[in-house]
Amino acid sequence: MATVDIRAVTKAYGSTPVIHGVDIDIHDGEFVVLVGPSGCGKSTLLRMIAGLENISGGEIRIGNRVVNEVPPKERDIAMVFQNYALYPHMTVGANMGFSLKLRKAPKAEIDARVNRAAGILGLSHLLDRFPRQLSGGQRQRVAMGRAIVRDPQVFLFDEPLSNLDAKLRVQMRTEIKELHQRLKTTTVYVTHDQIEAMTMADKIVVMHDGVVEQIGAPLDLYDQPANQFVAGFIGSPSMNFIKGKVQVNGTAAFVTPSGAKFPLDRVPEGAVGKDAIYGLRPEHVRIDPQGVPVEIVVVEPTGSEILAIVRVGEQEIACLFRERLSLAPGETIHISPQPGMTHLFDAVSGQRL
Amino acid sequence: MTSTHSASSSPSRAGAAMTDSSHAPGADTGAAKRAKTSGLTDDSAGMSYLDSLPRRLITVMLPLLVFVFVLLFPFYWMAITAIKPNYQLTDYANYSPLWVVGPTLDHIKYLLFETTYPYWLWNTLYVSFAATAISLVASVFAAYAIERLRFKGSRWVGLGIFLAYLVPPSILFIPLALMVFKLGIYDSKLALIFTYPTFLVPFSTWLLMGYFRSIPYELEECALVDGASRWQILIKVLLPLSIPGLISAGIFSFTLSWNEFIYALTFIQSSENKTVPVGVLTELVRSDVYEWGSLMAGALIGSLPVVILYSFFVDYYVSSMTGAVKE
Repeated sequence: MATVDIRAVTKAYGSTPVIHGVDIDIHDGEFVVLVGPSGCGKSTLLRMIAGLENISGGEIRIGNRVVNEVPPKERDIAMVFQNYALYPHMTVGANMGFSLKLRKAPKAEIDARVNRAAGILGLSHLLDRFPRQLSGGQRQRVAMGRAIVRDPQVFLFDEPLSNLDAKLRVQMRTEIKELHQRLKTTTVYVTHDQIEAMTMADKIVVMHDGVVEQIGAPLDLYDQPANQFVAGFIGSPSMNFIKGKVQVNGTAAFVTPSGAKFPLDRVPEGAVGKDAIYGLRPEHVRIDPQGVPVEIVVVEPTGSEILAIVRVGEQEIACLFRERLSLAPGETIHISPQPGMTHLFDAVSGQRL
Repeated sequence: MTSTHSASSSPSRAGAAMTDSSHAPGADTGAAKRAKTSGLTDDSAGMSYLDSLPRRLITVMLPLLVFVFVLLFPFYWMAITAIKPNYQLTDYANYSPLWVVGPTLDHIKYLLFETTYPYWLWNTLYVSFAATAISLVASVFAAYAIERLRFKGSRWVGLGIFLAYLVPPSILFIPLALMVFKLGIYDSKLALIFTYPTFLVPFSTWLLMGYFRSIPYELEECALVDGASRWQILIKVLLPLSIPGLISAGIFSFTLSWNEFIYALTFIQSSENKTVPVGVLTELVRSDVYEWGSLMAGALIGSLPVVILYSFFVDYYVSSMTGAVKE
């Protein structure tokens, strides 16, 4: 087990920069998820940690060793690939033992470690099969088994669940988390799925266009997004952004162009009278007779909750109600945000105010 | 890509199984019957136009027959000529050219015991095997380097190798002859073993490059992380997965060497060093006397090894032409 330190790392393909100076501290035994939309550089960063891509600038340390020029096989890492990358011509057992065999470990030790890993993952009865004879979930487990067998300092996962169907994905998510709690190996996990990130991570790194937007614990990102991008990316359904101005007219309020007034938890300094973005999560909207009148556009019940799209002036707001309300399109309801659950962003920079 | 496909296909298979079992109890026999009859009188289009017999005869059988006839007739002609007594060979007035009366093994006996034909056969085999082996080893390295090491200018090297393949042997044999003389290997098997790769290596390299390209790149990256060196990746991961490609490159190389004519004609002089294609043509045709019977027997026996080779490996050969590595 080891720490991973990423210091001012940059990456450019030719003259095209794709990662612009990223700093991340990963503690020993931590489960860190790199998340972001496709093309944000998260996979590239992971591959740089693995040694599959050159590092254009800055430095990456695993433990206390700078690994910029260290080939992948000497970095003591294990990686799980998106399409599993199982060797099709080897049995499950041979796949899992391959790295040890390359290291010329004695056969008894290879067998012992493969059996132990297979036991952890419930693969013991599949060791003699070939990858093509396995289901998607089993292949996924073999790929993880191959990583466990090596007992590396760092696990790297590159979107390992994106080839599975939705149900299996949820199940494997839990399994990976359990595995980490059991082995306590430092883990870097790349995904584009914010739910995966929220549910699994000790620490989430949100990336966008080759820049780290925010680093923090899942709930910190949810409660205190540093900017509009993080606010919109974390949480599902995603946060509503309402355009308007901060006004102080007796009490401070956020006023939309159509004149609707939303309450503010606090008035940031220098924000009064300026254009701003009001952030409100759908699940933090509640029915309130004293609230803002809105017109219902669409109602989508899912059983456990109701998603309603409502209109304020020209702007649409998604609202999520846990109660069984009888709502119909065209009706007018009154809503207000839960106190303490609103966000305010700069209209230009998108930074949290 | 393949794994995505298989992952998504398994639930659909499970779904199909479920609908099957829902029919099985026979609770609703009417529905089951309807399902059966609708299965028989399926009015969907597609390939069903081939179903009626007269149509099948005309659209499928007839073209196939013509095709097979065109392909196999020369072999038939070779075979009957090889066992025809000499007096029947040109006497079409009294004997049908398409049939043999009183077949004879004289031509074959003559070929095997009174000419150097067995030497030719051995030479051809020896040269073909050696040239194929050398070419395969060279091509594996070349194809791997061009396809996976991605060094600067690898594309141009690949293109250059392909262009080398396009230079016709009838031009290339002039400089090659010079080299063969200078190396002192004229009129020996080595002359052919070293010159055949000039057209085998480009061909096999090109074929293997295509095959290597079909092997997922992640497998190699995974092996790199697992601690394999480039050499180990090649030997333990890439080559085992490329066996169909290697076999088809091998078969092609072997066939090309087996049938090669120009180099064998120019670089070999003595009768016992000749290969089958050259030997048959130069030793069994004496000025204007064609020993048709032995000639055909020689051609027939000479083509058998290739036929046998193909029939053994046809599956591999087809899979390497059509497919990629399935995970």
